[in-house]
Amino acid sequence: MFKNKKNLFNLSLLGIFIWLLITSYNSSKRKPETVGELFKDFSWLSDWPKWLDLPLMPFINKWFKALNENYGFIFEAINNFLLFLLMGLKNFLVQAPWPLVIIGVVILAYYASGKKIKTTVSVGFCTFFIGFLHPRFWDKAIETTSIMLISIFLCLIIGVPIGIWMSRANRVREKILPILDLMQTIPAFVYLIPGIMLFGLGAVPAIIATFIYAVPPLVRLTDLGIRLVDTEVTEAADAFGASKKQKLWGVQIPLALPNIMQGVNQCTMMALSMVVIASMIGTRGLGDEVLLGLQQLNVGRAAEAGIAIVLLAIVLDRITQSYGETLQERNSPVKKEKK
Amino acid sequence: MSKIEINNIYKIFGNKPQSIMPMVRDGATKDDVLEQTGHTVGLDNVSLKIEEGETFVCMGLSGSGKSTLIRHINRLIDPTEGEIHIDGTNIMNCNPEELIDWRRNRISMVFQRFGLFPHKTVMQNVGYGLEMQGKSEEDRDKIAMEKIEAVGLNGFENQFPNQLSGGMQQRVGLARALATNSDIMLMDEAFSALDPLIRSDMQKQLIDLQSELKKTIIFITHDLDESLRLGDHIGILNAGKLVQVGTPIDIIMKPADDYVKAFVKDVNRARVIKAKIIMKKANEVNGIDKSNLIKVQEDQFIEEFLPQIVCTSANCEVVDKSGNVKGYITNKELQESLTKY
Repeated sequence: MFKNKKNLFNLSLLGIFIWLLITSYNSSKRKPETVGELFKDFSWLSDWPKWLDLPLMPFINKWFKALNENYGFIFEAINNFLLFLLMGLKNFLVQAPWPLVIIGVVILAYYASGKKIKTTVSVGFCTFFIGFLHPRFWDKAIETTSIMLISIFLCLIIGVPIGIWMSRANRVREKILPILDLMQTIPAFVYLIPGIMLFGLGAVPAIIATFIYAVPPLVRLTDLGIRLVDTEVTEAADAFGASKKQKLWGVQIPLALPNIMQGVNQCTMMALSMVVIASMIGTRGLGDEVLLGLQQLNVGRAAEAGIAIVLLAIVLDRITQSYGETLQERNSPVKKEKK
Repeated sequence: MSKIEINNIYKIFGNKPQSIMPMVRDGATKDDVLEQTGHTVGLDNVSLKIEEGETFVCMGLSGSGKSTLIRHINRLIDPTEGEIHIDGTNIMNCNPEELIDWRRNRISMVFQRFGLFPHKTVMQNVGYGLEMQGKSEEDRDKIAMEKIEAVGLNGFENQFPNQLSGGMQQRVGLARALATNSDIMLMDEAFSALDPLIRSDMQKQLIDLQSELKKTIIFITHDLDESLRLGDHIGILNAGKLVQVGTPIDIIMKPADDYVKAFVKDVNRARVIKAKIIMKKANEVNGIDKSNLIKVQEDQFIEEFLPQIVCTSANCEVVDKSGNVKGYITNKELQESLTKY
């Protein structure tokens, strides 16, 4: 039974392959007059024959066009929604007095790091230096951060549940892992450009592209984190009659949280690098400063913006990383003296 | 009716356990099955009866299936075939809700590596089963505190498990299992990860608690001394098969096969055999030399009266608490009873 199914599957794959060969031959404009010619003139064996060409490009173009025309309203809606969120966040942060924003970041860092003074102070200084490098950078950094925060928010509400789902079912995991590989290896421009066509120039395609680029590590680490929870501990939850939901929220997620936070950290870092690339499709922000500097061959300007990006990265990394560490310390099995 | 009845349980690990069943039923050994099909036989036709209020010790080497067996009782593992009755209910027919109900109220468990929740305090850990039962936080803390006191951990209730030593952590595990007030307690190598001194302490504590609580305890161990000390009955598993079930004395005096013999050969017999076990009854004895008698209590272990006898050729007169003569042990019989196989 099992073997038959596998054979059937292989046969159907073979069928699809033959069908693809025939379609490519038929749709090619450079095919020979008759099929018989192939058996008289064997020159097609030396170079790759022109007619052996899978018509993927016209197919995708057609499909994409139809998608754009028929379902444009969906993308329009997504666009408006994300833009609304982004503008709200950005305008709020831009209009707030800058010292208040710095104080806010410092307070966040203080609590996230478990009240470590060193981390807090360095985060405060980095934040200050972003504006200190060039007054223009302050608003741009806020714009970049807003785009990132929205992307990370998307990553969290979509990536974490997928990670949890993967950790519970091996079959789901097997199906999702290759998709994650694809998302991580496919060059960013391949989905940046279609993003522009669906959502128009600006911040929204950047958010979508950032999401695609940054979500895989979060999904992977959520899955890994839940799988790494000590089996005896989950068994204990089962043995005392925890329902699936109680086990997930009461035991698995709290214990996987250090790993999930590591995922958020990775996600943040990747999102930041993507936001810079996205400046090439007209997203405003710090990346756009780098691009301008390069276009004008103004090395100093590009370097200044580069440093600002690094500072922003340090701030975000310190906050997310140290939160993960705080969690980890509590869960580590090592005996620790009570302070 | 027994408290727990396990009838003809088979457990096979692998991709297609059902397909291997006929082979296992025909008596293929564990090694054969593994070699030919890649399936592991966990349990092979195990049947057991466990009485209310007793401590049943299940013993065997690692890989003999003892941990698998204990997990069948609360269905953390489902058998490939077979039935498990608790108080006459076949728990194999329970739906998920009923099963959760059983686990919350009737069966609790203690784990080898403690299985404590590292993100919860000692108090919250002990109260976990009560939380699952849906008790209010106030009730939970009150009962948890009682149990924490019962295992002697007062003052540690607000610490996290990683701040405690191994022995203390297992006390938390024990308190957590006691807190739900379940009538059945499963203990999976509960003391195996502890060092010998603490282990002996914990055994004593368990015996004391058990003399009050009278729970039905199923205790897993690979340590014979531990099983002799704790068990009312002992079951010995080898390669998924139950080789022998009996009282500690049965196991020592009449080992069923070479495997059990190998187990009991190093045991300190003087420490586990009581006088009344090896004595000949007074009315069955004749011709014994009564000129040189030493009085021993029937409940004394051989170890306790051996020093008095060892340098003399005296025989023993076994008496009960009120001094009535119950039987005799000749010097020769005493020697024989201590001889190893």
